Amino acid sequence: MNKPVIATTSLAGCFGCHMSILDIDEKFLELIELVEFNKSPIDDIKTFTKPVDVGIIEGGCCNSENIHILKYFRDNCKILVSLGECAMMGGLPAMRNTIPLEECIKEAYLNGPSTVNEEKILPNDEELPIILDKVYPCHEIVKIDYFIPGCPPRADLIWDALLHLATGKKLELEYESFKYD
Amino acid sequence: MDKSIKIKIDGKGIIAKEGQTIVEAAEENGIYIPTLCHLKGIIPSGSCRICNVKVNGRFLTACTTKIHDGFEIENNSPEITELRKIIIETLFVSGNHYCPACEKSGNCILQALAYQYRIMIPRFPYIYEQREIDASSPKLILERNRCVLCKRCVRTIKTDDGKNYFAIEGRGHKARIILDEELAKTMTEEKAMKAMENCPVGCILKKETGFIKPIGERKYDKESISKVCVK
Ligand code: SF4
Ligand code: SF4
Ligand code: FES
Repeated sequence: MNKPVIATTSLAGCFGCHMSILDIDEKFLELIELVEFNKSPIDDIKTFTKPVDVGIIEGGCCNSENIHILKYFRDNCKILVSLGECAMMGGLPAMRNTIPLEECIKEAYLNGPSTVNEEKILPNDEELPIILDKVYPCHEIVKIDYFIPGCPPRADLIWDALLHLATGKKLELEYESFKYD
Repeated sequence: MDKSIKIKIDGKGIIAKEGQTIVEAAEENGIYIPTLCHLKGIIPSGSCRICNVKVNGRFLTACTTKIHDGFEIENNSPEITELRKIIIETLFVSGNHYCPACEKSGNCILQALAYQYRIMIPRFPYIYEQREIDASSPKLILERNRCVLCKRCVRTIKTDDGKNYFAIEGRGHKARIILDEELAKTMTEEKAMKAMENCPVGCILKKETGFIKPIGERKYDKESISKVCVK
């Protein structure tokens, strides 16, 4: 049997969930025996080179690029997993959702106490993704099949989840590893 | 002597005392019925509905309903669990709950209920309603993004001569918790602490007391609320 293929990405997250993946430490050696990584910051493959079994998404969607990548993952992965609070509910980036976008941009680029921007330049280039009105959890944009909670999710939980996904077994979540923080 | 009454919860016969509510009778017999707006020892208000049970086929709130002989109560059926999940999910989307950044995380009843019922994501879309934070009083912060309007603060935190510190202002989705500006100025340390404790979520915060307990030592870190509440 071919090894299951995994892909991962970080959207509007802090890469903390990916750090937590790395926190499985020496089990990583076991993991690469069990699965094959495709598009992911872990191996630096930038585009899908084959159909993927499990796509793992860190972070919610705060700009047009995030939406694009998320849809790209949905189109290329059989199973899509939201990893962590930001993917599941927007998380800390979504704290801006109750503040008007204009105010956020002014605070970041013009009025912030540590901002130096004498020419008052606001990011506005067609190369740059467009900021969305709000930060959205991934399941409000595409269908998500599974969720791994935590901020970040505990490394053991990620390990268990990956192992069960790779072997197709059902995972009973321990109370102690089911946390929103 | 208290008259004893025989009732059944999920088919299990228990003996309780006349005058007890379903929640009290259940707790005394080691059975967990979730509560949120209710606080042990005060008059129940029956507003959050999380304690919904079916008594002889009818939905009733277990915190307000006194037991009677022959009550057959359903507490853990799939139907009731589903209803409770809907209530919890509704509360999550109608406020702004960023647990990783919340002072009450690990000690919060709403969060503990979500853990109890293993809620991954709410079935409803998030509203992200704009709610104003009030940090103007000397001892307390009102982080209204997290208020569930349970009125526990209104009902329990009073001056020695019985005046309310807290009140609900407005109606419907505009309803919000307010703190009497004048009374807040003379609030004692103990009262401020009590206000924070009695708030089931992270809305009432005593200044400079957040994040005191490390992760792992908080109330619901190791054990679910059903175990913490029924010991
Ligand atoms: S009040 Fe409770 S549910 Fe809300 S953010 Fe704080 S810990 Fe989470
Ligand atoms: S501030 Fe806390 S105690 Fe008061 S109504 Fe809101 S959630 Fe309940
Ligand atoms: S606990 Fe009974 S209605 Fe809220």
